[in-house]
Amino acid sequence: MDQAIKTGRAGVADSKAQVHDVGQQHPIGVYLQVWGYLFVLSTMSYLVDYFGAEGLLRWSLILTFMFLKAGLIVAVFMHMLWERLALIYAILIPPLCIAVLVSLMVLESDYTFWTRILFYEAETGLSTGGH
Amino acid sequence: MSQATMTSTDLPAAAPHSLESLVSDWSTDQEVFKKVHWGKAMMWIFLLSDTFIFSCFLTSYMTVRASTTATWPDPSQVFALTVFGESIPLILIAIMTFVLISSSGTMAMAVNFGYRRNRRATAALMLATAALGASFVGMQAFEWTKLIHEGVRPWGNPWGAPQFGSCFFMITGFHGFHVSVGVIYLTTIALRVLNGVYDRNGKYEVVEIAGLYWHFVDLVWVFIFAFFYLW
Repeated sequence: MDQAIKTGRAGVADSKAQVHDVGQQHPIGVYLQVWGYLFVLSTMSYLVDYFGAEGLLRWSLILTFMFLKAGLIVAVFMHMLWERLALIYAILIPPLCIAVLVSLMVLESDYTFWTRILFYEAETGLSTGGH
Repeated sequence: MSQATMTSTDLPAAAPHSLESLVSDWSTDQEVFKKVHWGKAMMWIFLLSDTFIFSCFLTSYMTVRASTTATWPDPSQVFALTVFGESIPLILIAIMTFVLISSSGTMAMAVNFGYRRNRRATAALMLATAALGASFVGMQAFEWTKLIHEGVRPWGNPWGAPQFGSCFFMITGFHGFHVSVGVIYLTTIALRVLNGVYDRNGKYEVVEIAGLYWHFVDLVWVFIFAFFYLW
């Protein structure tokens, strides 16, 4: 059906543009489905907070829902699923560098935290206990 | 266009370290991203750079939050709203999340209708997207006003770690700025769609490119929602 509509209207547009809209035509149903999933996942991540899940359970649930939502948006809404590998790699590989920055800053902030604890303890003569 | 003809005929005569060779090398007729509109490739590269900006914000937020010895204010309580005499945690943020997701949905449909050459549906869906985006910014303005009245400042707040305010204003402010720019961008393109500009020149990719930007704004919110509001 999509193909019929496209070729039916193709005569209106100039031929140069036709080269580019070959790839990204998909049934509306795909988008509605993803839209639904995003609503469900957002509700679930809100419920994590609403029911006050704590610790490892909270973090793992938040991260799981976050990555599922991000994946759906990039793959379907932004059409990455249907792009060529050259574009997929060019866009999705570089952000992995951020993992390096994050791990460096985790070490650094841990160092700062304990330096502060030791410094305040020495200064006030009290055990601050982190708060 | 084949490799052989390009190397034999198009290789510039200029010296390999001259400025002329630099320009001609970058402008020879080669393409990496085949069957991708140049505007789309460039939008993706812009979004990649924006990813790094937002990542830097979120990473610095992580760093100050992990290194402070003061208690971090509980976002669940800070962003609670009292509705009908009952305090519901994080409710405004949840509504904002659903509004932004809905706007992403309407945008995806707009792109689809654009490629079907349905001018009116495309423009209507894009304007709906922009309206949802504008209401998101409105709710954010409400949230900022509420917090400023409660005494949150970039240098302190009544509940704990002073870094909370600077992280909040910087991250949500920069995201809100992106949403505002997106609303203007989408409205501009929607009006052009409505006027039949892309029916005449056949370049409905413009709608998809605008859509990429909008979905990215929604994507960033997914991370802000998880790391700033839920963590």
